[in-house]
Amino acid sequence: MTTLILKRVALGILTLLLVSALIFAGTQLLPGDVASAILGQNATPESLAVLRADLGLDQPLLHRYFSWLGGFVTGDLGNSLANHQPVADLLWPRFWNTMALALYAAVVSVPVAVTLGLFSAILRGSLFDRAVNIVALAFVSLPEYFLGLLLILFVSVQYNLLPSLADTYPGMGFADWLKATTLPALTLVLVTVAQMLRMTRTAVLAVMDQAYVETAYLKGLRTRRAVLRHALPNAAAPIVNVVSFNVAYLITGVVLVEAVFNYNGLGRFMVDAVSKRDLPLVQAAALVFGAAYVILNIIADISAIALNPRLRHPR
Amino acid sequence: MNESKVLQIRGLKVAAPNGAILVDNVDLDLKRGEVKGLIGESGAGKSTIGLAAMGYGRNGCRIVGGEIIVNGVSLMTIDRAGREAVRGAGIAYVAQSAAAAFNPAMKIGEQIMEGPLYHGIMNRQEAEAWMLELLQALQLPDYQNFGSRYPHQVSGGQLQRAMVAMAMSCRPDILVLDEPTTALDVTTQIEVLALLRSLIQRYDTAALYITHDLAVVAQIADSILVLRHGKEVEAGSAEQILEQPQQDYTRRLVSERKAHMSGEGVHHKNGEVLLEARDVTAYYGRKKVLDKVQCLLRKGETLAVVGESGSGKSTLARVIAGLPPHSSGVVSLAGHRLADKYTQRSREELRRIQLVYQLPDVALNPRHTVGEIIGRPMSFYFGMNDEQRASEVNRLLDLIGLPRDFAERLPKALSGGQKQRVCIARALAARPDLIICDEVTSALDPLVADEILTLLQSLQNELGVSYLFITHDLGVVRRIADRTMVMQHGRIVETGTTEEVFAPPYQPYTEQLITSVPELRRDWLDGVLAKRGLPVA
Amino acid sequence: MKFLRSITPTAWIGLFIISLNLVLFVAGPHIAPFAQEEIVGSPFDPPSAAHWFGLDQNGRDMLSRLLAGAQMSIGVSLAASVLSFTIGITLGFIAAIFGGWLDTVLSRIVDTVMCIPVLISALVVLQALGSSIPVLIVTIALLDSTRVFRLARIVAQGINVLEYAETARLRGEGLLWLVFKEILPNALPPLIAEFGLRFCFTFLFVAGLSFLGLGIQPPFADWGGMVKDNQQAILYGLYAPLYPAAAIAILTIGVNLVVDWLLAGRSAIQGADR
Repeated sequence: MTTLILKRVALGILTLLLVSALIFAGTQLLPGDVASAILGQNATPESLAVLRADLGLDQPLLHRYFSWLGGFVTGDLGNSLANHQPVADLLWPRFWNTMALALYAAVVSVPVAVTLGLFSAILRGSLFDRAVNIVALAFVSLPEYFLGLLLILFVSVQYNLLPSLADTYPGMGFADWLKATTLPALTLVLVTVAQMLRMTRTAVLAVMDQAYVETAYLKGLRTRRAVLRHALPNAAAPIVNVVSFNVAYLITGVVLVEAVFNYNGLGRFMVDAVSKRDLPLVQAAALVFGAAYVILNIIADISAIALNPRLRHPR
Repeated sequence: MNESKVLQIRGLKVAAPNGAILVDNVDLDLKRGEVKGLIGESGAGKSTIGLAAMGYGRNGCRIVGGEIIVNGVSLMTIDRAGREAVRGAGIAYVAQSAAAAFNPAMKIGEQIMEGPLYHGIMNRQEAEAWMLELLQALQLPDYQNFGSRYPHQVSGGQLQRAMVAMAMSCRPDILVLDEPTTALDVTTQIEVLALLRSLIQRYDTAALYITHDLAVVAQIADSILVLRHGKEVEAGSAEQILEQPQQDYTRRLVSERKAHMSGEGVHHKNGEVLLEARDVTAYYGRKKVLDKVQCLLRKGETLAVVGESGSGKSTLARVIAGLPPHSSGVVSLAGHRLADKYTQRSREELRRIQLVYQLPDVALNPRHTVGEIIGRPMSFYFGMNDEQRASEVNRLLDLIGLPRDFAERLPKALSGGQKQRVCIARALAARPDLIICDEVTSALDPLVADEILTLLQSLQNELGVSYLFITHDLGVVRRIADRTMVMQHGRIVETGTTEEVFAPPYQPYTEQLITSVPELRRDWLDGVLAKRGLPVA
Repeated sequence: MKFLRSITPTAWIGLFIISLNLVLFVAGPHIAPFAQEEIVGSPFDPPSAAHWFGLDQNGRDMLSRLLAGAQMSIGVSLAASVLSFTIGITLGFIAAIFGGWLDTVLSRIVDTVMCIPVLISALVVLQALGSSIPVLIVTIALLDSTRVFRLARIVAQGINVLEYAETARLRGEGLLWLVFKEILPNALPPLIAEFGLRFCFTFLFVAGLSFLGLGIQPPFADWGGMVKDNQQAILYGLYAPLYPAAAIAILTIGVNLVVDWLLAGRSAIQGADR
């Protein structure tokens, strides 16, 4: 099993490199020249030359890629085209903001979703199961901004319980921070709980339909015992899979929510950078998001390996 | 044998989720220590009855009527907790497939001891001691440490025995054995059968033995209940049913089994050589599955290739057909050499060899009608137009014994036997020289299989088509084969006319195979065990 | 007839919603009471008899813009889904049928592309190529086709290993017959359900991009963009942005209801009787 895990980690590192290459290639996708695309109509031969030198466009592509990647490893992410500030200074604080929001959402949604999904599966066909299923299906279909706007309207504007915009700043008290971020976190929670719940239910049902669960019932075990000792240990790996899939999804959901609530996170930062065509910012933010996603997937795969009974106790 | 009844079932009625009645008004009694065989074809409802005896319905099936009394406790009148207290403790279940029945995340020993510990019948030491006694009685290797292993770490046969131990762990009064030896090779079947019998007798356990094989049940049952379409056909003591069956259906079952091993092979004139294989060797990855196999088949005859699982017989068939695995060696049809891979063979070469599979359910495209399925080879190989095809399809339907209006039906409207007939017709549509039959009757009920074999024989007599018949069933070989090849571990053990192979002197493996096939005599098992020097009871 | 009876009430609701939206897609701008760009009053006027959903941030009739926006929102997503499906199924089937190195290469490429979240990849590409309609459609289609590829490949493989497919190959049947007569007819049920799911995803995705300002650009009206434009109204307690957002949500719910019904047959709904 250890070899499998090490292999997976090695594969993960390779994937990270590939992802970085893809992102770099993607940003260079421009028809024509990067510099003229950025400057557009304001281009003059001099400004083009300056920009090209700035971006290192006179270097061959591979060289640029490696120097960009190398810079990343050492912490130098280049400078913003708009205001020439170091990207690193702009990016990392916002990255942590996003992580904090995602963590807040994950910490609430995962236990709720897994529990509801589990009970849904155990009580399959019951009123509880069918009601939960319909509600989940509805929420899965609602875009984050719809939910977010609804929440702002009712919680914030009409009843004034929480602020409508998530204004956070460093040095804020924890209670205040919670107050500011609860609405965006709640929006994320509602969407991911619905998705995770349905997927957990499917995964657990698949395990409940296995022959060895029937064996447990035929031995006279009551439902609770059969589920706890026979179904759950084998559902652990699929559930971990489901959770990691959805937590990874959180990364993209967060971008939309940040836009609704004007939250100062990496998502909103990246969207702004894209509309301003600020290449170094976009590259850096994309790589950070991509890396987070890949790392989450590696953790998920490793957990699945570690939880697989056949791999823990080989022949 | 104590005369008290441990199980009483009256008027049992079980319905499927869609309302169809699976078991209709069945009565059943079991005395202490009595073994009753539940006999029937697939769909007869035997497993359903076995589970209903525990007050359990699988996959949405519901017990909608009747009384089930286990040791004086009426299961349908008490609450679920009451039923759960009886399950496992008073009556226990042994499933057909052990591999699926064990929790992969839990040690075998924990699962075996779970029953008595949970029901509070024994404390941990007692449960462990009892488990070791059972494992030893079941002749499991290294029985002291067997319990600390995980299901995927032991072989299928060992797991099957462990499942028996798990069922016996609460010392139940009744065992429900659901086809316990059906999935095993004949040679292993004997051992497990003998072990089961000795366990049941030693601990005075009553048992419901569910199977479709009358010969197996004859070795172990005191009484027999014959079922068909969920209804009782006949019931009585084992002697009565086996020697003096009253009902027509029972008579057919008994005579089919009696005739099973009595064939003497078939004799066709020696035609010219049709198929020849020389030095065929094949690997699956690094594992050698065929080792320098030779094979000769003459026009108009049936060559049977017989062996247990892993013998390579199916692989040989696939290699001859040109399917993977890749093989070395020479395969020739009517003198000229065939390419190893089917993709490199000409359309004519492909036409002349046709393949019929074991499972008709997956061999027919569910979206094509019977007419389309049978007709396709005709347009593909002979370029027939619609009219020609339609009349040719009708001719084939007549030939295989299906009504002509079946041409419009989809496979899901057909029974297993009918589907297999369609597969045969599809093969015939290509007017092949050779049909490779890969276990074509193994998945069918005995009576249906009998009809298919009769059909195949008549087709051979009428059309002169040759068969390469792959099977594990010696009775089938004796019935229809001119010549027989016995295989083991990828090698040929023996080859010759069927008469020769089945007459002494025997090759040791052939002898083992032949003597392992249960016969309808009640004392057959004792005879075999005695011959092999094993304890009889 | 039996088929119609097997449609559950929730699926009927879904089918109704889908049909309604199809009508809007085809006829939207033509049945609108006012023109898209016509200013008919002050910004955010409340709903009235003449204007069922009130006015938007520029004083235009919300209902008319919703009807006009249907074409863009549904059209772009539909085009992207159809394109994604075509690419995904073609490549997925090819990988499944040919196997070998072709399968390995395609699968590796797909796996790598799937390593980056779709939104991030889309943002990277849009940054470079801009947000024109063709770019949107092609980008989303390519990114989404990876999911379709995976499913199509597994479904095709599952069918390809069955004996009836092998029989056809052994007969000498060519690729076209295998794909269109043996595999595709049996692959339709899961693929149709998947199409519904992919449409939901692309639809929400396009609307999301528009909401971020990076999707469908003015002067074209689309629902996502309308949410963005009217967003500020929510702070004043006005419902304006909720109408286009609700339109998005309703269509998604409708498709999900139908997909759920299609997939319902696949999992065991009943447990054991104890």
